[in-house]
Amino acid sequence: MATRIHPILGAFAILVFFFLLAPLVIIVGSALSDTTFLTFPPQGLTLRWFANIFQMEAFRRTAITSLQVALLGTGLSLLIGIPAAYALNRYRVELPRWLSTLFVLPILVPEIVFGFALLKSITIGLGLPVFISLVVGHALLILPYSVRVVGASLASFDFSIEEAARSLGCPPLKTFMTVVLPNIRAGVIAAFILAFITSINDVSISVFLTGPGISTLPIQILAHMEQFFDPTIASVSVLLMLVTVGVMAIVEATLGLTFLTK
Amino acid sequence: MNKLARWGLTMPATIAVVLLLVIPVVLTIATTFGEAAGPFSTYTAFFKSGFRMAVLYRTLQVALITTGIALVVGFMTAYVIAQMPGRLKSIMIVAAVFPLLTGVVVRSFAWLIILGKNGIINNVLMSVGLIGEPLSMLYTQGSVIVAMVYLFVPLMILTLVGVLEGIPRDLIEAATSLGARPIPTFLQVILPLAAPGLIVGAVLVFTGSFTSYATPQLLGGEKQMMMGTFLYQRAMVTFDWVGASTIAAIMVVITIGVVLIMSRMARRLNPMAV
Repeated sequence: MATRIHPILGAFAILVFFFLLAPLVIIVGSALSDTTFLTFPPQGLTLRWFANIFQMEAFRRTAITSLQVALLGTGLSLLIGIPAAYALNRYRVELPRWLSTLFVLPILVPEIVFGFALLKSITIGLGLPVFISLVVGHALLILPYSVRVVGASLASFDFSIEEAARSLGCPPLKTFMTVVLPNIRAGVIAAFILAFITSINDVSISVFLTGPGISTLPIQILAHMEQFFDPTIASVSVLLMLVTVGVMAIVEATLGLTFLTK
Repeated sequence: MNKLARWGLTMPATIAVVLLLVIPVVLTIATTFGEAAGPFSTYTAFFKSGFRMAVLYRTLQVALITTGIALVVGFMTAYVIAQMPGRLKSIMIVAAVFPLLTGVVVRSFAWLIILGKNGIINNVLMSVGLIGEPLSMLYTQGSVIVAMVYLFVPLMILTLVGVLEGIPRDLIEAATSLGARPIPTFLQVILPLAAPGLIVGAVLVFTGSFTSYATPQLLGGEKQMMMGTFLYQRAMVTFDWVGASTIAAIMVVITIGVVLIMSRMARRLNPMAV
């Protein structure tokens, strides 16, 4: 579209970006404030609130749990999601259509309902440990990303390459690992990143699946905020934003950021 | 062999979804029909209770207002982004993606600093002398909506940039060269072509805000209870599990209903489909 943009529309877009980014700048500013309460602009600069996080055992412990849950959950969802995505694309005609609908159900069902249902049936009903319920819940929540994003890559994969390898005597699993997987690398990386980010930020499911001594970082942040309103939370938020920056750098290096609008 | 392979490959994911999602959710909903007072008694109690209906109305209202604002703001911004030259466009997309990848808790928390009693807005207004006492802006419907719009505008922008970029330029050039002025071109060419994308964006934002938990919890509190926070409160504070399951069932029916109706509408509205 080569049409010119009306100045009012342009100014509006600038305002929107200010609205989107200013709150994040405010968080960074208040994390540096040398006061015991949250304020912006910061009064005096200090890094002691960052040091404070590392002294608080609850933050350290829940951060580790969050990381473990995200990695295990993402791994698990890719492990069951990639074969499903492969089959859905390879045998599209032979498989019933409800199957692909089934794999988007975790997005369709409200997260908070899913969390509650998991608590009732898995944690309490089956008596599974809280940590296992968390991993399973997160794996399922992010399964649609694994299936859909990897599936999108597979849709443009030429399956005749695979058949060539097979007809030359390459065993099925080896063919998948050495022929198919390298070709859908971008999709797998993208699915991993989206799934990981979703898991690490999740509140609605995790809020039901925390037990004595086990909690995730976002839930711990919520709990801390109910009691204290000091810059510690702002500095934890800054660390989480740094994780996002890291993830975006990975996306940019491997796929290019324009990937995200496709 | 082939048949075995294709079912075998989808089996683990199928079993996982059925066993861990479908059955638990169905069982949860099933418990709401097992009351001694009759199978629908918990629903009639819900719909007769002024308090509970107020929560449902508030949630619908917040979700609809959020969706409306996000549609307008997101569409205008996406329109500008879609027309930017390559380099500037990527920068703007990064600026929209970054908040999207930042967690809900962090993004809602920002509004606590901005809208709080000692927050930025109050500080500025007081130092200018416009107000003597700090305004209480938190725990109002407005604070929840502002934070929700903040949460969902990036999602809308990213959904619509893709859609607007997919509109063939030839069509717009054809309209212009045939003498259409910008506003009719917009209304009669661009808007109908973007309609399916607008519906997808609206569904994402509506279901997202209708079922949200963290944002109403932080910015609405007890005063502005919404379906998500209400469910949590019933389940984990008062341990009224049948009540919580009733809320869950109503949420499932409304979200899935909206998704089904709107996706059918999107298909019918798509002028590119034959």
